[in-house]
Amino acid sequence: MNIVRLKARGSHLFLPLSVLAILIVINLIKGADYFSMTMINGALYGNIPNILFGASELVILAIGMTLVTASSRGQDISVGVAGAITSAVFVQILLGAGDITWLTILEGFLVSCVVGVLIGAFNGSLVAIFKVQPMVATLILFTAGRSISFMIDGKLSPVLANELTSQIGSVMPGVPIQTPIILTVIFIALVAVFLKTTNLRLYAETVGINEKAARLNGINPIQIKFFTYMILGVCCAVAGFIAVSKAGRHDSVNILKYIEMDAILAVAIGGNALSGGKFSISGSIIGAYTIEVLNRTFLRLEVETETIKAFKAVFIIILMVLASPVVREYIAKAKKKTGAGIEGGSAQKTGALHSSAASGPDAPAKKEV
Amino acid sequence: MQSEKVLEMQGICKTFPGVRALHNVDFTLRKGEIHSLMGENGAGKSTLVKVMTGVYEKDAGQISIEGKAIHFKSPQEAQNSGIGTVYQEITLCPNLTVAENMFIGRGRHAFVQWKRMNANAAKLLDSLGIPARPTQQLSSCSLAVQQMIAIARAIDMDCKILILDEPTSSLDKDEVRKLFELMRELKSRGVGIIFITHFLDQVYEISDRITVLRNGELIGEYEASALPQFELVSKMMGKALEDVEKMKKHEIPAKNGGVPVFEASALSSDAGVKPFDFAIRKGEVNGFTGLLGSGRSESVRAIYAADKVTGGEIRMNGKKVKISDPIDAMKHGIGYLPEDRKGDGIIAELSVRDNIILAAQVMKGFFKPLSRKQAEAFADEYIKRLNIKTASMNTPIRSLSGGNQQKVILARWLLTHPEYLILDEPTRGIDVGTKVEIQKLVLKLAEEGVSVTFISSEIEEMLRTCSRLIVMKDRQIAGELSGTNLTQSDVMHVIAGGGE
Repeated sequence: MNIVRLKARGSHLFLPLSVLAILIVINLIKGADYFSMTMINGALYGNIPNILFGASELVILAIGMTLVTASSRGQDISVGVAGAITSAVFVQILLGAGDITWLTILEGFLVSCVVGVLIGAFNGSLVAIFKVQPMVATLILFTAGRSISFMIDGKLSPVLANELTSQIGSVMPGVPIQTPIILTVIFIALVAVFLKTTNLRLYAETVGINEKAARLNGINPIQIKFFTYMILGVCCAVAGFIAVSKAGRHDSVNILKYIEMDAILAVAIGGNALSGGKFSISGSIIGAYTIEVLNRTFLRLEVETETIKAFKAVFIIILMVLASPVVREYIAKAKKKTGAGIEGGSAQKTGALHSSAASGPDAPAKKEV
Repeated sequence: MQSEKVLEMQGICKTFPGVRALHNVDFTLRKGEIHSLMGENGAGKSTLVKVMTGVYEKDAGQISIEGKAIHFKSPQEAQNSGIGTVYQEITLCPNLTVAENMFIGRGRHAFVQWKRMNANAAKLLDSLGIPARPTQQLSSCSLAVQQMIAIARAIDMDCKILILDEPTSSLDKDEVRKLFELMRELKSRGVGIIFITHFLDQVYEISDRITVLRNGELIGEYEASALPQFELVSKMMGKALEDVEKMKKHEIPAKNGGVPVFEASALSSDAGVKPFDFAIRKGEVNGFTGLLGSGRSESVRAIYAADKVTGGEIRMNGKKVKISDPIDAMKHGIGYLPEDRKGDGIIAELSVRDNIILAAQVMKGFFKPLSRKQAEAFADEYIKRLNIKTASMNTPIRSLSGGNQQKVILARWLLTHPEYLILDEPTRGIDVGTKVEIQKLVLKLAEEGVSVTFISSEIEEMLRTCSRLIVMKDRQIAGELSGTNLTQSDVMHVIAGGGE
C-alpha cells in the first residue's frame, strides 16, 4: 500500500498528462495539421489557441475549486451561477456608466469581484461556521442564482456593444494572442505568487486532513475554509468577466452553464482527492485543458453535436476507473511481479527506491552500535 | 506436552521502500496458548501480524494453518480461515449500535433479523462480562468497553487464532484484569492467542511463550517462565538497555525559586474539569497522574485552551495573560503534545518536513512562509537530533512507526522553543527504547530551563522524570506529592482516597 501511495504522489501529473497526450495523438491521426496556426488580422488562430481560449473560464474556476476542495473536503456547485451573477453586476455597471472607458471596465470588474467575494463569504459561512456539507450549502445558490442574475439584468439579456469589451473577449490591437488567454496566464501567475508568498497551501492542506490537529497547532479552520471560498468567489468573478466579454451579451440562462461539473471534473482528473487534503493546482489546470481538448476532439472527429455528451461520459468513466486506487494498486502489483524497471521513464525512480532500500537496514543498525 | 501447532510461519520476508521490515522470521502458535510477540516499535511486530492476516503480501516464506499451507490475498480470507484480529486503534463504527458492530458484515442473509441479532449479542456480552447493552450506540461506550466489544466480535467469528494488538493500552487495571479473564477463558477453549503489548508485567502475567523480534529479525522464542524480565528487555533493546540503567541514576534537577513560569488559578473548562490552581517553575518537571478519566488530560487541555476555557486566570512569568485559543498559548511559549497522536497530533498525509515545521510556521505567520531551504534545514536538524527513522523528510508521516511519529510531533514543539512544554502521554504505545529517549529528552530540556508537564499511564516513568506529581481524582486535584514522598504507594494512597 505504501508503495502505491509513494508512486501515486510522485506521479500525480502522470494521468492528466498521458490523457492529454493520447488525445493529441488521436487529433494528429485525424489530421497532421493539428498544430498549425494562422495569423488572421494580426492574431494567432488554430487548434491550440482555440483550446487555450475556450478553456479560460474553466481553468480559472478549477483553481478555486481545488482550494475549496482541499480545505473543506467538498465541492462548490454554484460556481457557474456565481459567475452569472457577478457578470450581470459587471454589465449593469457598464451600461449604467453610459460612456464605456477602460476605467469604467476596471471599476465594473472590481465591483463584480467584491460581489464574488460576498458570494464566497455566503457559501463559506454556511460551510465553515454552520458545518453544512459543501455541496448542500452551495445547492442553495445553485438553485436561486440564475433567477437572481435574471433580476439584476432587468429580465432582459443586455448587450455589450462596444469596442473595449469585445477586445477583452477576443483580441487587442497589436497583440497576437487572444486576450482571454493572456488574462488566464496572468491569473495563474498571480495564484502561483500568492501560494509562494503565503502559507495557504500548508494551512489548507492541514485543515483538510485533520481539522482538530490544525486547531491545536494554532490554525483557525473556520477562517481558512472561509478564505478559500472567498478566493473561489474571486475566481467566479474573473470567469464571469471573461465569459460575458466573449459572448458580448449577458444571457442569464446560458452563461457558464454546467461549468461547475467540468470544474469539479478538472480537479479530479488533476489527481486531486475530492475528499480534501493535499492538492495540486497544476494538476487541476491540466485537467481543465484536457476537458477542453476532449470536447474539441469530438467536434473534430465530427461526432454529432447531440451525441457528444454521451461519448464524453464514456471517456470520463474510463479515465476515472483508470485513476481509481483499485486499478492503481493492481498496476503497481503487476509491475512488481514483472520486475520494477520495465518503463524507461521509471528507471530513475525505482533506482532511488532501491538505493534507499539498501540504506534502510543500515539506519536501524547504527542505533545498535 | 507438545500440543499441536495451529499456525506456523517460516522464513517470512517483507520489504517496504526504504525499510526491510521482516527478514527471515519464523513464528509458531500452538493450540490453546497465549503467545506474546515482543519487540521495540519498528521491530516488525505489526508487519508480521499484517502478513498473517493478509493485509500485506509477504515477499517470501510459508504460512500454514493446522498443517495446511495457505496464502491469503485479503484480510477477508484470513478471517474466513479463523484468524480474528483486534487492533490497537478501534476499527468499529461509532455511530452503529453495539450489536450491529458485533455482527456487521457477517450475515449470510440479505435481511437482518434484529431481534435475534440483539439477543445473540446480549448473550455474548453477558458471557464475557462486558458492561454494554446491545442496542446502545457504540460511541456512548467507554474506550475500554469498545475494545472489549471488538474482541467479542472477533471471538464470535469462531476463530482459532486471535490476535490482540496492544489491547490494553487504553484500559485501566480493573479492565485489564477482566480482559485477562476473558483471554484465559478463550485459551481453555483451545484458541491460540497472539498478544502484543508494551507492558512487560502483563506479558509475564498471562503468556505461555514469548517471541522476540528486533529490527525485523527473529531474536528467539522462549518459555515465559524461563526468561527473566531483565533478559527479555535486553533481548528487545540490544544496547539500549544500558540507557535505562543510566536513566535511573539520573539526578532530578534542583528546583529554582522565584516567580512561576506559568500560573493558573481557578482554571476550568467545558470538558468538565473543576476549577483548579496550578503553577510550574522554570526548569521544573511535574506530572499529572490519576486513573483513566480522572481529568488529568482535561486539565492540561484547559491550560492550553484545547477545550473551551470557562473560567480562571493565567499568569506567565507573573504577568496576567489571556489564553482563549491554542494560538494564544503558543504565542506565550506553551507547547502541547496531545494524548491522541493519531487524532489530534499528526497530519497524516503531509510529509515529515511539513509536520515538523507546522507549529513554528503558524507562529511565524500566514504571510511569512519559511523558504524551502530553511524548512529542510530545520527538518534535517531535528530528524538527526531526535534520531527519527524515516526514509526521507518528504515521506508522509503516516508511513512512520508510532514511536517515530511521536518524535516528529516532539520535534514540532521543540522547534517553537517553548518556555513551557506539555507532554500528554508522549510514551504511549511506543517501544521501550524510544520511551527512554523521550524521558532523557525531558530531563535534558528541564536542565536547559524549559518547564515540562509530563503525563504517563506508567507511574514508574513519572516517578523517574517528575519532581512533583499532581494526583487527580474525579476531575479535581486530590493531592500533590513531591520530594521524599514520591513513591508509587503514596500515589496509590491518594488515588484510593486515604488522604492522610
